[in-house]
Amino acid sequence: MSAPSRLTVDPIACDGHGLCADLLPERIRLDDWGFPIIHSGDIGPALEVHARRAVSACPVLALKLARPSRPA
Amino acid sequence: MAISEMATEPLVGPSGLPRLLARPAVHGGWVDLGAHRSTMPAPPTPGARPDERLMLEVEASALRGCGGAAFPTAVKLRAVAAGRRGRPVVVVNGSEGEPASRKDRLLLVTRPHLVLDGALVAAAAVGAGQIVIGIDEGEADAHASVRRALQERRTTPLLAATRIVSIPARYVAGEERSLVRLIDRGPAIPSAAPPRPFERGVGGRPTLVQNVETLAHLAQIAAFGAAWFRGVGTEHEPGTRLVTVSGAVANPGVYEMASGTPVTTLLSAVGGTTQNFSAVLVGGYFGSWVSAAHAAAGRLSDADLRPLGAALGSGVVAFLPAGVCGVVESARVARWFARQTADQCGPCVHGLAAIGGGLAQLARREADTTVTDRLLRWAGDVEGRGACRLPDGAVRFVRTALTVFGDEVRRHRAGTCSATVHEPVLPLGDDRGPT
Repeated sequence: MSAPSRLTVDPIACDGHGLCADLLPERIRLDDWGFPIIHSGDIGPALEVHARRAVSACPVLALKLARPSRPA
Repeated sequence: MAISEMATEPLVGPSGLPRLLARPAVHGGWVDLGAHRSTMPAPPTPGARPDERLMLEVEASALRGCGGAAFPTAVKLRAVAAGRRGRPVVVVNGSEGEPASRKDRLLLVTRPHLVLDGALVAAAAVGAGQIVIGIDEGEADAHASVRRALQERRTTPLLAATRIVSIPARYVAGEERSLVRLIDRGPAIPSAAPPRPFERGVGGRPTLVQNVETLAHLAQIAAFGAAWFRGVGTEHEPGTRLVTVSGAVANPGVYEMASGTPVTTLLSAVGGTTQNFSAVLVGGYFGSWVSAAHAAAGRLSDADLRPLGAALGSGVVAFLPAGVCGVVESARVARWFARQTADQCGPCVHGLAAIGGGLAQLARREADTTVTDRLLRWAGDVEGRGACRLPDGAVRFVRTALTVFGDEVRRHRAGTCSATVHEPVLPLGDDRGPT
C-alpha cells in the first residue's frame, strides 16, 4: 500500500519536449508554447503506472513523481 | 536584552516620525558613524549561538519584510538559526529591482550605518559568522557610501571582513537564490527550489537574505525595543514604511509613513496633486493597479489594500496622470517584464513575451476583439510556473491593468485612445528597450 503521489516539473530543466502530455493527457496539457501544465491533485493508483511512464520518458529528467512533502 | 541597557546613557527612539529617516541635528546628507551613534546605541556583537532574547524582541515587533513579499522577519530568522549546515551567513539585499522604487538606495546612500547595524543585529539573532552586502551595479553612490561606512567600522567584528558584491541590473538578479549564486561566484539567476537559502545558501550554509529597509527597522527594534516599534502603525502591521511616491504629485520622492496612513494624508505630505490622476500603481510593478476612487479612499497597509486586490509590496505608490493612457503605460511595463526573464523557464520566456506583445498590439490599437481573452488565458497559464516569482508579478500587473483600464482597453480595441499626454511616465530603470 502506498501514499498518493504527486507530479512536479522542474521549470528550469524542462525544455518542452511534450512527451509527458502524450503519455498522461489525464493530468498534463501543454501551453501555447509546448510546455507542460500539470493539473493539481494526487496521482491515484489507476494512473500511477502511466505517471511513471511519463516520468521515465522525459528526456531531461524534469518530471518527477513524489510523495507530497510539507515544508518544515 | 534591550540593547539600550548597554549604552552608557540611555538613548530613546524618535518619539514621532520620521524614524528611519530621522536626521541627527547637526548633519545633513551622509550620516557618519559619530552622528549615527549619537542617536543609537551600538548593536550587539554577534556570537556563535543565536540570541534568543533578540529573536523574541523581533517576534514581538511583528516586523515583516519590506522588499515586497512581506514575509514575517522572525520566522525567517528562526528558520536560518535552526539550520544544520554550518554557521549562518547574513546577506544584505540592496537590490532595488523595482525601477519605480528609490527607498533602499536612499538608506544606503545616506544612512549606511543604520543598515550595517541591522545586519549585525540579524547576525546576532541567528548566530551568523559572515555578512555580505549586495548593491546594484549601477548605484555608484550607494557603493561609495557603504564602502566609506565599512571603512569607519573596520574594527567591528564581522564588518571588518564584509564583502560588497555588485548585482547586475536585471530584476531577477535581486531574487534571493540569484544573490546566493552571485556571492558564490555563479550566475545571478534563480536556481530551482528547494533548497531555499535558509536551508543551504552561501557556501552551503544557512543564509538569511534580507532587504535593506527591513534591516534598518531591525536595528531600531534592537535598539529601542518592540514596544517602541509598535507605538505607530496598525496592530497587525506596526511601525513605519518607506514609500516611494511618483507621478501626478507636487513633490515626488521617498516618504516615511506609519502603516495604515490614509492615502489622502500621503497626498498632503507630498504637497498634493499637480493634476487629476486616473489610477494608482500600488506596490510597484509587482503590485497592482487600483482605480483613483478606490485608492483615494485607501490606507497604506496590506489589510486595507487587500480588498482592493493590492498590497504595499516594495512601497511604490505611483499616481498616473489623467491625460496619460493606462494601456500604453501598462504595455511598456509588460515589455519590461518580458525583458527581465532569466531565459530559464519556458512559460516565463515565451509567456511574458506573448503577454508583452499582445499588450503592445493593444496599445498600438492594432489588436482584434479577442485580445483580452487571449491575454487573460496566457496570464492563467503562466502563473506559478516559473522557478521564481517574475511571471506571477507580470500576471498580477497585467490582470489589474485590464480591469482598472477596462474602458481604455475597449477604446483601443475600437481604434481610439483618450490620451492627451504622450510622454512615458513610469520609469523602466536602465532598461531602454523599445516601447
